[in-house]
Amino acid sequence: MKKFTISVFTENFIGILNRITIIFTRRGVNINGITASESREDGIYRLTIEVTSTDEQIVQLVNQIERIIDVIKAFYYKDDQVVFQEIALYKLPVSSLDPGLEKVIRQYNARIISAEKDFVVIEMTGHKEDTQELLGILKKFNIMEFARSGRVAVSKPMQTLDQYLQ
Amino acid sequence: MNDTRIRGAEIVIKSLVAEKVTTLFGYPGGAIMPVYDALYDYIDQVDHVLTRHEQGAIHAAQGFARVSGKVGVCMVTSGPGATNLITGLADALIDSTPLVCITGQVASHLLGTDAFQETDVVGFSMPGTKWNIQVRRVEDIAPAISKGFHIARSGRPGPVLIDITKDAQFALGEFTYAPTFSVRSYKPYPPVNSKMVEKAAELINGAKKPFVLFGQGVLMAKAEEELRAFLEKTGIPAACTLLGSGAFSEDHPLYVGKLGMHGNYAPNILTNQCDVLIAIGMRFDDRVTGDLSRYATQAKVVHLELDPVEINKNVKADAPVLGNCKESLSLLIDQVHPSSHHEWLNEFRQLEQEEKASVVARDLSPTKTGLTMGEVIRYVNEFKDDDAVLVTDVGQHQMIAWRYFDFKNSRTQVTSGGLGTMGFGLPAALGAQLHNPSRQVICVVGDGGIQMTVQELGTIMQTKAPVKIILLNNNYLGMVRQWQQMFFDKRYSFTELENPDFIKIAEAYKIKSSKVEQREDLSEAVADMFLHEGPYFLEVVVAKEDNVFPMVATGCSVDEIRLS
Repeated sequence: MKKFTISVFTENFIGILNRITIIFTRRGVNINGITASESREDGIYRLTIEVTSTDEQIVQLVNQIERIIDVIKAFYYKDDQVVFQEIALYKLPVSSLDPGLEKVIRQYNARIISAEKDFVVIEMTGHKEDTQELLGILKKFNIMEFARSGRVAVSKPMQTLDQYLQ
Repeated sequence: MNDTRIRGAEIVIKSLVAEKVTTLFGYPGGAIMPVYDALYDYIDQVDHVLTRHEQGAIHAAQGFARVSGKVGVCMVTSGPGATNLITGLADALIDSTPLVCITGQVASHLLGTDAFQETDVVGFSMPGTKWNIQVRRVEDIAPAISKGFHIARSGRPGPVLIDITKDAQFALGEFTYAPTFSVRSYKPYPPVNSKMVEKAAELINGAKKPFVLFGQGVLMAKAEEELRAFLEKTGIPAACTLLGSGAFSEDHPLYVGKLGMHGNYAPNILTNQCDVLIAIGMRFDDRVTGDLSRYATQAKVVHLELDPVEINKNVKADAPVLGNCKESLSLLIDQVHPSSHHEWLNEFRQLEQEEKASVVARDLSPTKTGLTMGEVIRYVNEFKDDDAVLVTDVGQHQMIAWRYFDFKNSRTQVTSGGLGTMGFGLPAALGAQLHNPSRQVICVVGDGGIQMTVQELGTIMQTKAPVKIILLNNNYLGMVRQWQQMFFDKRYSFTELENPDFIKIAEAYKIKSSKVEQREDLSEAVADMFLHEGPYFLEVVVAKEDNVFPMVATGCSVDEIRLS
């Protein structure tokens, strides 16, 4: 089993996400993370799905995704074939702010993006291992809330979507 | 200025007319009433068949589609009307049957509110459709229907569901209909890769013991002639899958039988002895392959297949030829060398003799008391037309009828293959018959399956569709009982039925009927059935505990096929 990133380019069609996720459900494959956004092309959306799968199964999953009528193209990549990032937000009580915390923030290239009366929100962008590590440390600073996005990824291979549009 | 706008409901009907739909199977209800009202003005253009249950409507549409090669159409109301389609959708999806199903939906302001007969049909049907859509605006109705027909019939065919809200049906809009020829995100016919065709030809030309397996893909591509030409040029023996029957005449000297769990002895055994396996328009279903890890491991595999998902899904192909098999076969025919394989073909014939001497003799010319299902089919063959259609339900009778029915022409079989839907047979036969009332349609059913959709006798009565129904009654859910006997120590857990008087049921529906219990009456009864012009119901009481052989038991390899 290894980690794969699936990039799916779709028409903006109601229910498309459901159609894609039931393919994973049917085979009992857990989606580790998912993000949706627009792509470079107007009106075409891209989904980035991170799954743990096998070399054989990933091909079948991607073929099945691509069979969906409103899916234009689906690709899959191993981790070394994509440049990817995730964003994590950490909410801490104001009382935790001290030089020790500030040092940690600098050390992890994180930053405070919001400071309210009672709490601050720290943001860090990176890979899961790094944001997870910071989470471990911030637990000592009475972290109140944590949220992490799925990955956004662009591929290293120089293929473009254009060739699949007409 | 004249207002040329019409109601969405009428746009639905005009769109169907534009798609040259002549027959529509359906059942009215609240949320589809505007369309039924519009239909009232078009009954001279569209023949609507009122079934007795929505499941009957969709199976009838499937039967219609399978014999005609056209898109089957059905129309039902929201809520339970729509959910009653689900089995048929799943069946049509797995057996690649083109359907367009139109469902009424509550008015759009009520969506998501648990309104009366509101259900999330688009959500329910998503895993069971090739494509589905909810239409909430009148201007989207015709484009959705146009796109739906294109998607249903092109590429690997499948069912499409179009859910139309009641307010869109009532709203006024202009009608213009533009047939859909392409959809940006959908490439139904991947181009045939000539390199792969060359590789396939190379493998075939070098083969000593090549073997062709053909499936329904040949029928769907209308590639029957190409298949025959390919086989005759190369002299390769060929066997069919359940749904491929009819794509190549069983009278042909290169035809060597049927594949799979209850297929023939020779093709199952020799699958594991061939050196090149050429699969054409089939998907290596587990009922065909048995234990995959011991399936044709000695052979190089050539796979001609339209759907990329099927390539390497179950069996790895050495030469995967993606694309329409009509096209790839044509290319292949030019590149293969004329050849013959007499010795190899003889191996099939020898094993065939073994099967004939044991199983076939016992099934077709039994000496013991108790009628066999096989001998009923033998008499059917004797009296039927060459292009008669066999429609079966699911179970022992399905396997026996498939094994022994004489398939001479293309599109002569309708059965539920992938899903194994009991209750499919009777309504599917109705649909097949209504496509062409002058073609013989023989519906073979068991006593279990017929009771799942027996209400469609009412539709047969009303339409006078001259279906010849043969009920093979063994008072058991026979296939399950056979498994209980073989694999569950004869613990017949809930498989014996207390049955009604079927003849009285047929009589109640004013369908001419007869019942046979003795061997000496069988021939005449079958002959009489075919002589009758209208629908006919023939009940044959068969041996209670007969089994279907040969059999590749679950988990076994195809060459472990048993004759008893």
